[in-house]
Amino acid sequence: MNTARDIGDVLLKVEDISLSFGGVQALRDVTFEVRAREVLGIIGPNGAGKSSMLNVINGFYHPDEGRITYKGTTRTAMRPHEAARQGIARTFQNIALFKGMSTLDNIMTGRNTMMHRNFLWQALYLGPARTEELEHRGAVERIIDFLEIEAIRKTPVGRLPYGLQKRVELGRALAAEPELLLLDEPMAGMNLEEKEDMCRFILDVNDEFGTTIALIEHDMAVVMDICDRVVVLDYGRKIADGSPDQVRADQGVVDAYLGVSHG
Amino acid sequence: MLYREAGQFKTSYAKDQAVFPIIQDRWFIALVLVVAYGVVPLVANEYWLQAVLIPFLIFALAAIGLNLLTGYAGQLSLGTGAFMAVGAYATYKITTVFPEINILVVFVMSGFVAAGVGIVFGLPSLRIKGFYLAVATLAAQFFILWLFNKVGWFYNDNPSGTITAPPRTVFGIMVAGPRATAEVRYFISLTFLVIFALLAKNLVRGRIGRSWMAIRDMDVAAEIIGIRPLQTKLLAFAISSFYCGVAGALYVFAYLGSAETEAFDLLQVSFPVLFMIIIGGLGSILGSILGAAFIILMPIFLTNAPALFNLPMPTDLSKHIEEIILGGLIVFLLIVEPKGFARLWQIAKEKLRRWPFPY
Amino acid sequence: MDLMNILFIAPFLDMADSPVFLAEVVIGGVLTGVMYSLVALGFVLIFKASGVFNFAQGAMVLFAALTLVGLMERGVPVWLALIGTAAVMVVLAFIIERVMLRPLIHQEGIILFMATIGLDFLLQGVGQIAWGSNVKVLNVGIPNESFEVGGILLNEFDLFAALIAAVLVGVLAVFFQKTAIGRALRAVADDHQAALAIGIPLKTIWVIVWSVAGIVALVAGIMWGAKSGVQFSLSLIALKSLPVLILGGFTSIPGAIIGGLIIGVGEKIAEIYWGPAFGGAIEGWFAYMLALVFLLFRPQGLFGERIIERV
Repeated sequence: MNTARDIGDVLLKVEDISLSFGGVQALRDVTFEVRAREVLGIIGPNGAGKSSMLNVINGFYHPDEGRITYKGTTRTAMRPHEAARQGIARTFQNIALFKGMSTLDNIMTGRNTMMHRNFLWQALYLGPARTEELEHRGAVERIIDFLEIEAIRKTPVGRLPYGLQKRVELGRALAAEPELLLLDEPMAGMNLEEKEDMCRFILDVNDEFGTTIALIEHDMAVVMDICDRVVVLDYGRKIADGSPDQVRADQGVVDAYLGVSHG
Repeated sequence: MLYREAGQFKTSYAKDQAVFPIIQDRWFIALVLVVAYGVVPLVANEYWLQAVLIPFLIFALAAIGLNLLTGYAGQLSLGTGAFMAVGAYATYKITTVFPEINILVVFVMSGFVAAGVGIVFGLPSLRIKGFYLAVATLAAQFFILWLFNKVGWFYNDNPSGTITAPPRTVFGIMVAGPRATAEVRYFISLTFLVIFALLAKNLVRGRIGRSWMAIRDMDVAAEIIGIRPLQTKLLAFAISSFYCGVAGALYVFAYLGSAETEAFDLLQVSFPVLFMIIIGGLGSILGSILGAAFIILMPIFLTNAPALFNLPMPTDLSKHIEEIILGGLIVFLLIVEPKGFARLWQIAKEKLRRWPFPY
Repeated sequence: MDLMNILFIAPFLDMADSPVFLAEVVIGGVLTGVMYSLVALGFVLIFKASGVFNFAQGAMVLFAALTLVGLMERGVPVWLALIGTAAVMVVLAFIIERVMLRPLIHQEGIILFMATIGLDFLLQGVGQIAWGSNVKVLNVGIPNESFEVGGILLNEFDLFAALIAAVLVGVLAVFFQKTAIGRALRAVADDHQAALAIGIPLKTIWVIVWSVAGIVALVAGIMWGAKSGVQFSLSLIALKSLPVLILGGFTSIPGAIIGGLIIGVGEKIAEIYWGPAFGGAIEGWFAYMLALVFLLFRPQGLFGERIIERV
């Protein structure tokens, strides 16, 4: 655990969020908050509603009930691209890269919200559009350096191995310079070495850029190691919320993981 | 000269982002332009210019337009013929009402009219995808052609129901109408293609091109990283229709001379242009041009080749052979190389770069 | 006000004026609609089981009709020609599965769609080279006498066509709901991976649906061919089935039927009562515009399943 950084005020607060698909209740009255500059872990058994929660936060799902307060503004729902413009970026459980494009182009798409030259300038590729393009190329190259993926810059991402794809996806999210970074199982399917690399990147991002991070992860050792706080979901409800040590000692959490029947 | 990039180090991002980063490619393009502008008009006869080269240049422009929409932005359109018709009829209307406006400017203005129509028929793309969208564009195809056929205003109530290119001069040179020479019309088509191919290349390597490809590859993820789906798709429809519109204007004013709506029929125009980009390569500007060359040349080859061997070739037989070759080639390419000729060209270049070593 | 009158008052007055004529228009529309439905049915079968939007369904109709006529022209008796053509369609399904579908199995829908456009051209070319491209008369011995009921003129052939369509739909419904293969087909439609995991052989299923779609195409080909001659334009019916599918939903057999009827009746009524106001020939685009409006408000069609997106 890293305690050196100063955890700030509440950046994001979700209150009484409920969401259902057809007859299935994915989330039920979930309330928790994410504080500025912390690393928050969201854990829970399969089907607990973790990914749905991230989808609600970045506007992909619209909750049936509840409010989301982000940077002091309360709303019930927003469109995903608005969330992106507000500084929320994310990665996906099943990698959602643009398979036909190179690593460089994928990461460049992350800077889309910051590029403003219209298509006439771009068609000419002169003046401001060219300057803008090159400026952002520079920023993207720094991310490529940071994630140590220089060698695959021009490779179409469809051809990359799984671990590298996850890294490129993180790069794309970082390129947006987000305030809140949502990571959906960033280490799923990785070997120990790759996990260590990924942990290092996450902590470095948090440390160097002060980015707030909310991540879903199944590997408890990783969660206990890098998270400042942990929220536990089970069957769409929040069953615990606290420091890793508190959560580890919580009887309800232990039961959920051991599969004690829900009376 | 060997095809090598060894020793060509880029010292800035600007150089790395250039259209043709490798010196040999730049020389090659320069050579092609010199031949196209300097040599072809000297050696090509009237038949080659009129029956082969001019339609090739114009369809290449339309294919680039469709490729921006379908190959880059992933929005399938079967309405190419209709958008080309909008360009042609808009040119006709504008130039007959305002004959003093330079016809070349009118071509571009008509492109903007087509872009507007493209936006309207692109609106459903926010809610529907893939072949659903194909139906929406079919609606454009049938409705627009019907409109141009039925409403006399569009063809100035001409009793024959056709639009005819009136004589127009630019700097004293006859560029449209029955007395414009094939050479002049060739130069105009070529220049439009060169300029707009370059502009398209610029678009697809920048932010807009990346947004289009992002929408194509995974629209959900694209939206989540902040790309606005509606604006991005509509821009693709607008720019694509602009290209098709300009191509349609040239199609009547630099190639056919006069036309009615049948000239923009689904089977005459929309499908062939779609085949050009599938065969040439989805998501490739160069591929659009190669595909257009193939689709234009194949029927000419099929009609003329048997004659060289004194074989009889009834026209309907050659038409059906053409269908079989086209259909078979499309299925084959989609299976083995969805990127079409453009990808084969790239592979050839990669091999050449390593030659004489196998790897 | 004149325009309002032409669009909103005059057509209804015309309808009320001559109910018999209206009835004839509606019946004419229903019968054309039945034909659309037959073609749309082939689409739905393939789409349901393989997720492939088969643009070549129209070419399959043409191909089947050409083969049938071709065999009959060579003196083959009708019953044998029918069996022979059905066999050709089954062989065709095998070839399509082996050569085209199998290598494209993991591709996106739009790539498969474009591949079927290629197949469409291929089949048209092969069919017309093999059997000739002149317009052919198809006569399989369906009675074609007109008679009158309550002042409305009816045609035996049209009734027969409607009957055949109804029987075909009934058979298919039973096939899908009651037989083991039918259930397997529906399972495959829901989830390819899951179907594979529980041991449903995907390629067998695909051959079966493409064969069934081929035979449906044969029936459609006989009906259209007997009515308007076997010619190239048969393959264009496929284009008309697209709006039918949008209305009915891509996965619903009843949807294909009802969508076909709505389009058939709708475009006839539109043409006859509203067409003159627009200068006629609105049949060419009416169906597509109707579908377009539908797409904007109910993209899943009347009977299709609602799509929930996931990431």
